[in-house]
Amino acid sequence: MSDLSSADSVGLVIPETYRHQQPFALQCGETLEGFELVYETYGELNDQASNAVLVCHALSGHHHAAGFHEAAESRPGWWDSCIGPGKPIDTRRFYVVSLNNLGGCHGSTGPRSINPTAGTPFGPEFPLVTVSDWVRSQRLLADHLGIQQFAAVIGGSLGGMQAMQWAIDFPDRLRAAVLIASAAKLSAQNIAFNEIARQAILTDPEYHHGKYREHGVNPDIGLMLARMLGHVTYLSDDGMRQKFGRELKSGDLSLGLDVEFQVESYLHHQGRSFSKQFDANTYLLMTRALDYFDPARPYEDDLVVALSNALCKFCVISFTTDWRFSVKRSKEIVDALVEAGKNVASAVIESDHGHDSFLLPISRYFKVLSTYMNRLHREAGGAC
Amino acid sequence: MRADLAIIADLINPGARVLDLGCGEGDLLAHLQKTKQVNGYGLEIDSNNITTCIDKGVNVIEQNLDQGLDNFASDSFDMVIMTETLQSVKSPDLMLTDMLRIGEECIVTFPNFGYWRCRLYFILRGKMPVAEHLPYSWYDTPNIHLCTFRDFERLCRDKGVRIIERFVADSKHLNRPLMNLFPNFFGAIAFYRLGSGGG
Repeated sequence: MSDLSSADSVGLVIPETYRHQQPFALQCGETLEGFELVYETYGELNDQASNAVLVCHALSGHHHAAGFHEAAESRPGWWDSCIGPGKPIDTRRFYVVSLNNLGGCHGSTGPRSINPTAGTPFGPEFPLVTVSDWVRSQRLLADHLGIQQFAAVIGGSLGGMQAMQWAIDFPDRLRAAVLIASAAKLSAQNIAFNEIARQAILTDPEYHHGKYREHGVNPDIGLMLARMLGHVTYLSDDGMRQKFGRELKSGDLSLGLDVEFQVESYLHHQGRSFSKQFDANTYLLMTRALDYFDPARPYEDDLVVALSNALCKFCVISFTTDWRFSVKRSKEIVDALVEAGKNVASAVIESDHGHDSFLLPISRYFKVLSTYMNRLHREAGGAC
Repeated sequence: MRADLAIIADLINPGARVLDLGCGEGDLLAHLQKTKQVNGYGLEIDSNNITTCIDKGVNVIEQNLDQGLDNFASDSFDMVIMTETLQSVKSPDLMLTDMLRIGEECIVTFPNFGYWRCRLYFILRGKMPVAEHLPYSWYDTPNIHLCTFRDFERLCRDKGVRIIERFVADSKHLNRPLMNLFPNFFGAIAFYRLGSGGG
């Protein structure tokens, strides 16, 4: 049961929709006639519009970051532990904007939306979107909300990549970028995991070249496998050992091929529930956006030159057991920022929870984040 | 203002790029940012210190000095500073070389094991010295490479490190006349400004 009355919850929230009614050219060369972004806001925008914080979601995230949509909702938004009154991103001070990215499947224009030129859903024909496209669409949303400059753009994993792209593409539109468990580009190993996940979906007989909805089916198995694989890579060996050990589902070994260990049952559950909620075409798009992210590329592969454009300060946080977006990846960002002479603070948080750590209320992590956010608030003269 | 901060600040040009190895709570960098508008970064591993630095607006980077400084390019800083930390790193000699690779100049401060109180303590009590500037017992001290001024200057000579300036002080960072005459006996802490090359 949800706890709406809790003093540190943002309570009931109602998603809103921003409609962009002009053509929007994408990096891939295609143009969308227009688009919609579904978003939520928490807290109040101050008179100077200086206290806005943009939260960018990761691979399977969405706009519902905090609070509840209805009293009966069993779980709050995906980052509720971090956003709310008295929490690290304190909604008594900050006006938080959280959206579902273009290509998503939670209400923003994506593969499930109607393609206006065809009159049918985009499905697999939805054009490839990149982190740059997302950031440009987010900027249009910021314009719409009257936000000239964000106090901070914050994200974990793929969300951190968006924050970095903001700093490079629109340097005067943010004062701080907070990059959590992120990377300046994916490693070959990371792309490999994404490709296995994509192949799981693409080879599911129910995928039907992306036209599964027209066939009245869903590539559940492919999505489930993709999620199960993802999940294993988001956890750490130690974390899994602690959480599941070799516990059996029932008391005795049956020496069969059915689900036997707790960890199997957990992965099945995660995979199944994901396949009910998430759109396969969106999953393919989002993993591609991850793979292609490489902000240094237009700058002759020199991240230092790419980041030289930035005017904001940075906070870079990583987690010891994260092997999907390892500490080393974050260090590369920090080193480039130092070389570029940018203001940066970095922390490496001890955690057993692998990449998933960025979503968890780990005490030192939240201490670092709230200290950083308090400082931003203070530096703005308390006006944000 | 803390006396040691003023001494170091005097050695730094306005707007310099500064790297502080083991920056603690960031007092020095905060001071240098305010008074000299430096572009400063501090390395630190203590989590409470890191939080304090973040709170002060100091550019703090979580990094263990003993794992090397390979991530910093050669000649990427004007000044690399290490205050009272050299004696606790794994390889002070390699550290010194690395500091001068990264920075045009370095400032190093450390406690003098040749200070007369240390000498007296050892001779009279036959025990590892514990003093105001060396407050630890032998078993819990982070100071695994204690040395005297003379030892350090010998190392500098062997490594071809140029001592540009030296300022000797007591444990309160004050300079007294006798110290300049017999630094290795009367000095508790020294500030060395170092450069590459020469003797």
